[in-house]
Amino acid sequence: MADMKVAAYICKGCGLGERLDTDALVKIAQKDGKVPLVKSHDFLCNADGVAMIKSDIANEGVTHIMIGACSRRAKTEAFNFPENAVARANLREGVIWIRPDTDEARETTQEMAEDYIRMGCAEVKAMTAPEGNPNTGTSKTLLVVGGGITGMTTAIEASKTGYQVVLVEKTGELGGWAGKLHKRVPVHEPFKSPMDTGVAGLVSQILGDSNIKVYLNATIAKTEGAPGRFVVDIATESGATHTEDIGAIVQATGFTLYDMNKLPQLGAGKSPNVVDQAGLEALAKAAAAGDGVIRRPSDGAPVNSVVFVQCAGQRDASGEHLSYCSGFCCNASIKQAMYFKDANPAVDTTIIYTDLRTPGNGEDFYRSAQEKGVVFTKGKVSEVVPSGNTSTVKFHDLILDDASAAVADVDLVVLATGQVANSGVNIEALSKPQVEGEEGEANGESAVEVKPISILNLTYRQGPDVPQLTKGFTDSHFICFPYETRRTGIYTAGPVRRPMDIAQAREDATGAAMKAIQALENAGLGRAAHPRSGDLSFPKVRLEGCTQCKRCTVECPFGAIDEDEKRFPVFNESRCRRCGTCMGACPVRVISFENYSVNTVGAQIKAVDIPDEFSEKPRILILACENDAYPALDMAGMNRNEYSAFVRIIPIRCLGSVNTIWVTDALNAGYDGVMMMGCKHGDEYQCHFVKGSELGRVRMSKIDDTLKTLNLESERVRDLEVAITDIERVPEMINKYAEELAAVGPSPFKGF
Amino acid sequence: MTEHVATNETILVVGGGISGMTAALEAAETGKSVVLVEKNPALGGRTSQMYRYFPKLCHPVCGLEINQRRLKNNPRVRVLTLAEVSGIEGTVGDYTATIKVRPRYVNENCTACGECGNAVETLVDDPFNYNLGQHKAAYLPNAMAYPQRYVLDPSIIGTPDAERAKAACKYGAIDLDMKEETIQVKAGAVVWATGWKPYDAAKIQPYGYGRFKNVITSVEFERLADIHGPTGGKILRPSDGKEAKNIAFIQCAGSRDENHLRHCSRICCMASLKQTHYVREKYPEDGKSTIYYIDIRAIDRFEDFYHKVQADPSVTFIKSKVARISEDENGNPVCWGVNTEGYKRYTTPHDLVVLAVGMEPSVKGMDIPGHIVADSSGFIEADPANGAIFGAGCAANALDVNRAVQSATAAALRAIQVVNKVAKSEA
Repeated sequence: MADMKVAAYICKGCGLGERLDTDALVKIAQKDGKVPLVKSHDFLCNADGVAMIKSDIANEGVTHIMIGACSRRAKTEAFNFPENAVARANLREGVIWIRPDTDEARETTQEMAEDYIRMGCAEVKAMTAPEGNPNTGTSKTLLVVGGGITGMTTAIEASKTGYQVVLVEKTGELGGWAGKLHKRVPVHEPFKSPMDTGVAGLVSQILGDSNIKVYLNATIAKTEGAPGRFVVDIATESGATHTEDIGAIVQATGFTLYDMNKLPQLGAGKSPNVVDQAGLEALAKAAAAGDGVIRRPSDGAPVNSVVFVQCAGQRDASGEHLSYCSGFCCNASIKQAMYFKDANPAVDTTIIYTDLRTPGNGEDFYRSAQEKGVVFTKGKVSEVVPSGNTSTVKFHDLILDDASAAVADVDLVVLATGQVANSGVNIEALSKPQVEGEEGEANGESAVEVKPISILNLTYRQGPDVPQLTKGFTDSHFICFPYETRRTGIYTAGPVRRPMDIAQAREDATGAAMKAIQALENAGLGRAAHPRSGDLSFPKVRLEGCTQCKRCTVECPFGAIDEDEKRFPVFNESRCRRCGTCMGACPVRVISFENYSVNTVGAQIKAVDIPDEFSEKPRILILACENDAYPALDMAGMNRNEYSAFVRIIPIRCLGSVNTIWVTDALNAGYDGVMMMGCKHGDEYQCHFVKGSELGRVRMSKIDDTLKTLNLESERVRDLEVAITDIERVPEMINKYAEELAAVGPSPFKGF
Repeated sequence: MTEHVATNETILVVGGGISGMTAALEAAETGKSVVLVEKNPALGGRTSQMYRYFPKLCHPVCGLEINQRRLKNNPRVRVLTLAEVSGIEGTVGDYTATIKVRPRYVNENCTACGECGNAVETLVDDPFNYNLGQHKAAYLPNAMAYPQRYVLDPSIIGTPDAERAKAACKYGAIDLDMKEETIQVKAGAVVWATGWKPYDAAKIQPYGYGRFKNVITSVEFERLADIHGPTGGKILRPSDGKEAKNIAFIQCAGSRDENHLRHCSRICCMASLKQTHYVREKYPEDGKSTIYYIDIRAIDRFEDFYHKVQADPSVTFIKSKVARISEDENGNPVCWGVNTEGYKRYTTPHDLVVLAVGMEPSVKGMDIPGHIVADSSGFIEADPANGAIFGAGCAANALDVNRAVQSATAAALRAIQVVNKVAKSEA
């Protein structure tokens, strides 16, 4: 690597020149920052200013750049030097915009700016420009697990994009659940009648595609490696195992219908004339193969009346059955009612529902069913009583408020049971057999069958399958990012992710193929996946200092770190999402990133000038999540919401990356207080590194011991939940904390 | 964000809301070149005007921040704002789009320092707040605006206000001579992600939107709850600024109705359930919400959210399509109708009525340049006849954010399939 040459540039625009003594800032950068090349500029972000910096890079050999101007979130196009290490001192949003323009405030405002210059210089010197993960793989093959409509769609779409696919299906044929259907819900205008499933076409497309290799009667025996270099063992029925090199994985293992035998009160198991939706599809298929008449299973007589019971074993608040709605069943029952009506309008078809849920153009399909004479009754079915070849369906009619309503002499009853995800082992249940104090929740969850057999058999230290979000589904927790997987390079799609119908599953399959292709391409280039996509930094570990404590391997939210036989951590860089949780966890501080490390932050903390205890100028360190708290602070500045001049703010990747040494160093150095600002945690967590903010908080909850050892008050460390919209609340919190600290008095560590 | 020459290996993404940004970023992060066209002066679209998302009640701007950072870090996306596609010619793998770019009157020198905004006196309606408030005629479109660059409202061009703005800018960022430009962009494939607009509530005549000040739409209600909104996050009713504590939410305002929108807009039930939370958040003691509905469509695990709202004693559910709204002498909107569960008539006054307006495509299929197959509501259908113009997000269906992003991710792959083929044939 070339020798480090640091340059600092201080902008005088946007009022910085008027509000601050920029000549003094230049001197600070030279003297305290020990930067050899320091320049100020009237308007640093304009073409001339940027040209000056570029010229210094080209002609002066500048490698490290400190920019004292606006926030790192502003003017990113101008200050874009991808080959260099860059630090930004936020003098605008972080200093002059949050301070009053008064004579009294001038001194403390200047001190604030000077500290940020010191911090920026210290930070940039501790950084190197990241070069990318060298430990990459080159496999561009996609593994698709599951040969239903989702898996087939993923395979076809990936092949169409130019990628090889290995498709593994556990049964002897492709098609999955959709293959068992007679017809599907329409997806084109006029949305009036059921349409062909299209499964046969997809199967023949796959069999004729030389990019797609299909394993039937096969399961995944073992998955090891990382994006770009997975090695997957596929076990086949014959006992033979095939090994494939894989770049990325899409798990499309679908769903199982909720077991209707758990619903004896609805007649399940008491009569062959009570079926679930799959049972009705089988009857419809049999009819289509024969004379087109759907027949009663008990005696083969034509069905003249049929009742569909919606939400059977679903939307159940009691905890006994599924609590959620499966979303597809209303349209499916409408479709099935049409099987009867289209063949013979004289058949009585009744759908008993509480809320009919036919979003989008499902509404046209619903109207079409009404036109065809399907009867819709708002009610709650209490009991199905089979007797001989017919049944009586008893229900509470919600429109007439009649609790003893009934439909008698029904030939066939169809229970619309819901989707249960085929998601493999619940690895969190494995690691946490009991959740304390959450019995109610645990009972609710127990209604969902969790298949004990692993699907992916990952050799990851954190368990053999992808983590589940809720109720057995493997969905992303993030509304904006449905593919924000917790196992990099492994995406789930279709009803294993969330209850869904065929149209959505096909869309989801295509989206998952997109993300999988992107993951293997970026893994090949040594770049991070979402949300720090394109980040070239990666965790480096000094193993000689490691004490094998396993905290990093346990805490990594993405299961990126395994352990070797001596319990040393094995980093799989391509699985890493660069949150820094491992760095925060490490008690001996041997983990770092090139541009973000214990040193880059530690050096900033140490660079701050701490006035003595008689100055009445306390210093408060703020470690702020760069995605939410830091933008909130920026916008507070844009709004000119004032806050204390005594704070020094350092953006961090995630609260999870906060190493307690930063806090103890700050307190030892004489800071009066430390505020940590991270995202919401708990069930509705908002941390985009999943557990980062939670883990950070757990660590900080133990800081009390440190405080006791130092003989410091517990008020010295404050942990706060901050959302990006807290532009008024954050300044208030800062000012309140500054007042509280004033009451506590100055830190006894000043001047040591 | 560097300029690059568009070729027929470029993907053109039309619409810079969450779907368009997603499609652009997913493609760019897979190594493709993208031109992203947005008609407003800033990206973010309709989700950036939401206060919170259901069901997590998290803030949409959090995801916007991530997407903007992805964009700032990615040189492969070229963003054109104030730009609209007026024509698309050509075929799969070889399109030329005509794009009209309106003048911003502010160039890249802008530092967003705000001096022009201080200097200008004219106030204009603020579309970010659905015109519920006003802002200066030199303005940053919103606090999260990307590009972070001011805009001059065209109405002040040629007036002394424009000169004042120009004089206030020390950085030569204000260029009053900017003119509308028409440019041509080559593209191999197009992702059409122009999103949705709220159904025009004034068309639902019996509800009195436009006649009664205290009848507002669900999207306007989002702005009232938001700290960046016209009331600074207080739920105050428009007629008299009184705290609105007894609020009615009317479902299917325009949706599921053959006289208005045929389709179900999917999001409105969840949106109203979410908005009852705003009432509770702002008025924990005496806030009261009433939801008038036909069916509550809290699909899949959103059901849990519905259960929680049902358990909240401050929320009442009435199964009824409200027949009409009148106004009493205190300016209170009064809902008239029949509760179909038991057929009970009601005439109920509220402080404020929020119409859960339906979703219609911002640009209907028939109005999209090129020959696009769309359904009767104007949503783009997946049809081979559309060539390499792919609908994404709410241009293709009435979707919630999560599903819109899913759709946009899928659309990105479809576009990549086309440009990969072009690349292969040119190699």
